[in-house]
Amino acid sequence: MVGQLVEGPTAAQPLRRVRRNYTPYLLLLPGLAWLVVFFVVPMLSLASQSLQTGSVDTGYTLTWHFQTYVDALSRFWPHFARSIVFAGTATVFTLLLAYPLAYFMAQKSGRWKNILLVLVIAPFFTSFLIRTLAWQTILTDNGPVVALARSIHFTDLLQWMQLTSNDSLMNSRFAVIAGLTYNFLPFMILPLYANLERLDHSLIEAAGDLYATPVQTFWKVTWPLSLPGVVGGTLLTFIPAAGDFINSRLLGNTQTVMIGQVIDSEFLRVQDYAVAAALSFVLMAVIVIIVALYVRRAGTEELV
Amino acid sequence: MRWLRSHLVGIAALPVLAFLLIPNLIVIIFSFNKPRGNYNYEWQRFSLDAWTNPCGTPGICGSLGLSLRIGFIATIVATIFGTMVAFAIGRNRFRGRASVNLLIFLPMATPEVVMGSSLLTLFIAMGIAPGTPTILIAHILFCLSFVVVTVKARIASLDPRLEEAAADLFATPTQAFMRVTLPLVAPGIAAGALLAFSLSFDDYIITNFNASPSSVTFPMFVWGAAQRGTPVQINVIGTVMFLAALVLVATGTLISNRRARAAA
Repeated sequence: MVGQLVEGPTAAQPLRRVRRNYTPYLLLLPGLAWLVVFFVVPMLSLASQSLQTGSVDTGYTLTWHFQTYVDALSRFWPHFARSIVFAGTATVFTLLLAYPLAYFMAQKSGRWKNILLVLVIAPFFTSFLIRTLAWQTILTDNGPVVALARSIHFTDLLQWMQLTSNDSLMNSRFAVIAGLTYNFLPFMILPLYANLERLDHSLIEAAGDLYATPVQTFWKVTWPLSLPGVVGGTLLTFIPAAGDFINSRLLGNTQTVMIGQVIDSEFLRVQDYAVAAALSFVLMAVIVIIVALYVRRAGTEELV
Repeated sequence: MRWLRSHLVGIAALPVLAFLLIPNLIVIIFSFNKPRGNYNYEWQRFSLDAWTNPCGTPGICGSLGLSLRIGFIATIVATIFGTMVAFAIGRNRFRGRASVNLLIFLPMATPEVVMGSSLLTLFIAMGIAPGTPTILIAHILFCLSFVVVTVKARIASLDPRLEEAAADLFATPTQAFMRVTLPLVAPGIAAGALLAFSLSFDDYIITNFNASPSSVTFPMFVWGAAQRGTPVQINVIGTVMFLAALVLVATGTLISNRRARAAA
C-alpha cells in the first residue's frame, strides 16, 4: 500500500511532465487558430487589398499601388480628423460623467451597490441600435427636451459653439457627441468601478487626518490610485467611438460623417475596395499609434 | 452645508444614472404608443397593439430568430474555445505567452469597421459568399477575446491551495479539476458566455459587412427599418430585452452574493 503510494506518482512522473508541456498548447489550439485565420490573415488581406488595382467587375491584382493611400487620405482626412475629435470629446465627457457614479457605487452606496450595478449593466445588455433610436425620440423637435433647452437658451449656446446649426438638437454635432457619450458610458463606468472598489478607504481617511482638504485628497490620493481604471476606461471608450458610425448616421447630418461611415459606404455602396481597405488600414494604424503613445504616457501596462 | 458636502458625490452620480436609463424608459413608454405616421417619435395615445401583435411588422420575428440562433451557436463555440485559452494562459508559463496575450488583446482594440471590412476582404479573396456561416465566423471571432479575458480574471482570483488540498486528499488531477477548479471558475464562464451572447445579439457593424440579403439579423432589421420609419414592435422587443437583462443580471448578482456569503 505504502509502496504503491510512493511508487505511483514517481512512475507517472515522466508521463506527466510530457503532458504538462503540451497541455497549454493543446488548449490554445482551437482558439488561437481561429484568431490567426480570421483576424491576422484578414488584416494581411486588408493590407494587400489596399495595394491592389482593378474593379469589382474585372477583378483585382496586386500592383503595390501606394498612390491609393495618398488619394484616399487627401479626400477623407477631414473625416479622420472629425472622428478623432468627436471620439476624444465623447471620451472626456464619459470620464467626467462616469467618475462620480463609479466612485459613488464603489465607496458610498452601501446596500444599494448591487441594485446600482444591475442598473448600470442592464442597459448595456439591451440593443445599442434601439437605444440610439430612442435618442431620436428624446431630441425630436417638438419634444419637451428641445422646449426646455430653448427656454434656458441652451440651444443658443450650442449654436454659438457651432455644435448645432439651428435651434433644434437633432441632426447636429451636439447630438452625435451626446450619442457617443451615452453609448460608451458603461465602458467607462465598469473599469473605473472595478478599480475604485479596491481603493482602501483608510487611505482617504489618512489624508484627511494629515489635514489634506477634500480637493487635495482627491488629486493626491484617489485620482493617482484610480489611474489604471481611467486608462482602461478611456481606451474602451475611445477605440470603439472612433470607428463608430451608428451615432453619426442616426443622430447626425451630412456635416458629421465619421470615418467608419466612409469605410462602410466605400466598401458596400461605392465598392471601391482599394480605397476602402486603405482607409480601414489607416484607421487601425492611427488607433494603434494613439493607444501606444497614450499607454506609454499613462505608464500602465495592465490593460487586460 | 455639511450634508451637501457629504452627499456631493451622490448628487453628481444620480443624474448620470438617469442619463444612462432614460433611453430605456423611453423605449418602454413608446412601446405603448400608437403613432400617426411611420415614425414613432411623438406620443399620440396609449395602445397595446404592438404588444398583442409583436410579429406584426414583416421580417421582424424572422430576423429575431436568426439573431437568437447565431447568438447561441457563437456563444457556445466562443465560450468553449475561450475557456480553453483562458486555462492555458491562466495556469501555465510557456514560451510565447506574451504574444498569445497580445493576440487576445488586439481584436478588442480593433474598431468594428476594421474587423468587419478585413474579414470581408478575406472572404472576397477566397471567393466565399457572405451569409449566415460568415456571420457566425465573425461573431465567434469577436466574442472569443472577451470570453478569454472574463474567464482569465476569474482563474487569476482563485486560491491555488484549494486544488493542492484536493490533491492532498488523493483526488486525481481530473477529479480535482472537475470537482474543485471547474465549479469555482463556473461563474466566470457564465459571465463570459452572457457577455458573448449580448455582443453577438447586438452587433450591427461587423455583421453588416459579412451578411447577405437572405441573412438579416435583428440589428440589421432595425437599421433597415429605421431608414423608413420605426415600427412600434421594435420597442416591444427592446423592452423585453431590457427586462430579460435586468432579471439575468440581478439573478447573477444575487447568486454571486450568496456564494460570497457562504464562503465567508
